Amino acid sequence: MEKKSGKAGGVGGFILLFLVGLVGSLIVGWVVFPSLLFSQKTQPIRFSHTVHAEQGMECEQCHYLTEDGQFMGLPSTESCADCHPDETGEDTPNGKEIDKFVNEYGKTGAQVPWLVYQYQPDNVFFSHSAHQGFQCTDSGCHPPVETMDAPPVYEENRITGYSKQTMKMWQCERCHAQMGTSNACYVCHK
Amino acid sequence: MSAFKDFDTTWVMVVDIDKCTGCGACMAACQTENNIAPQPDASNKLRTVSWMTVYELSNKMPFPDHDMAYLPRPCMQCGNPPCVSVCPVIATDKNENGGIVSQIYPRCIGCRYCVAACPYHARVFGWYDPVWPEGMQKTLTPLTSTRPRGVVEKCNFCHHRLNLAKDAARAQGKNPEDLEDGAYKPSCAEICPTGAISFGDAKNAKHKVHELIKSPNAFRLLERLGTKPQVYYYSKREWVRRQGDNYLKSEKV
Repeated sequence: MEKKSGKAGGVGGFILLFLVGLVGSLIVGWVVFPSLLFSQKTQPIRFSHTVHAEQGMECEQCHYLTEDGQFMGLPSTESCADCHPDETGEDTPNGKEIDKFVNEYGKTGAQVPWLVYQYQPDNVFFSHSAHQGFQCTDSGCHPPVETMDAPPVYEENRITGYSKQTMKMWQCERCHAQMGTSNACYVCHK
Repeated sequence: MSAFKDFDTTWVMVVDIDKCTGCGACMAACQTENNIAPQPDASNKLRTVSWMTVYELSNKMPFPDHDMAYLPRPCMQCGNPPCVSVCPVIATDKNENGGIVSQIYPRCIGCRYCVAACPYHARVFGWYDPVWPEGMQKTLTPLTSTRPRGVVEKCNFCHHRLNLAKDAARAQGKNPEDLEDGAYKPSCAEICPTGAISFGDAKNAKHKVHELIKSPNAFRLLERLGTKPQVYYYSKREWVRRQGDNYLKSEKV
């Protein structure tokens, strides 16, 4: 006659299996899947905000609002070339990076394909001029790049193509609610 | 039906039917401004996408008494919108100051209840993928999002132009909630060669439309349904005003 296993041992084995499964799924859900979901990209030029800030440059020299209230987020190749028209010939990491810019973009006139951490979907209208009263970094919208020698890693969602850092709708809505600003659909959507 | 929604600012359009020549420039301007793709079969009027449509009116009298008119029809942005209360997913709402009825395409599930509810046929369903033939993609504007096949779309008084006008007002140190007359205009109003389309804030006495809508010659379509449209029409011709609603022969308009 076949011997049945002890009742208590069966339950214990089940709990052990359950725990292994639970921990396994948590690792997959919290660690494995997110690392698979986002691909890491680096900026075409290792632009150092600190070097430029140390020169005494204001943020607004490159990131400014036009007369009609539209935000010019990225400087053009031409405006970078105003200060960097020629190769430096230096052997330092920064010098090489400048030379890379001059050779690949400055001389050809092509625009640098900067990866923008905050690009919003097509149907979002974000107005920088409406948010002028807020600090760019202290309010949590942008990373404090002025203290970074290298731009942060750009993480791209492999499914949607959006940046991981892009502000989510709930973040916009929460701040609007806290500030007492309207959360009507067309305040942000187009 | 939901209750009438009133706002501090009420954007209204006033169309002078006596000035409209039926040229269709408003329709063309609307299509380019709002990224409406060229239609696969533009002759099939049941499946074409058009936010602004010009209708032809006739007094149906024999010569020499015959007369005709043209009536451009955008979304009426009703004060009491029948489309909003039927939407099961709140993809459409009337909740922003100015009273423009919003339509959020990614939220729309394409059930088309709103198309059936709208008494003005202002809402259209996208039956086909929007495709821009080679070269024509250059006409795309980043100011309006494109819609996929299978969602409902409609005129929104070129709402992105309101956002841009507010931004410009902020840059000039003006109050974005109190725009000057003409600072914000939909593309149809801007393009109209005869100036038949006026646009402004009905609550602002400095805006031209504030007076225009008080004229005895001003009327709204199907006014007695109680939808309270934000689009007014204007005609000195009694037969034109009479076609704005279903009047009895004995009634004076």
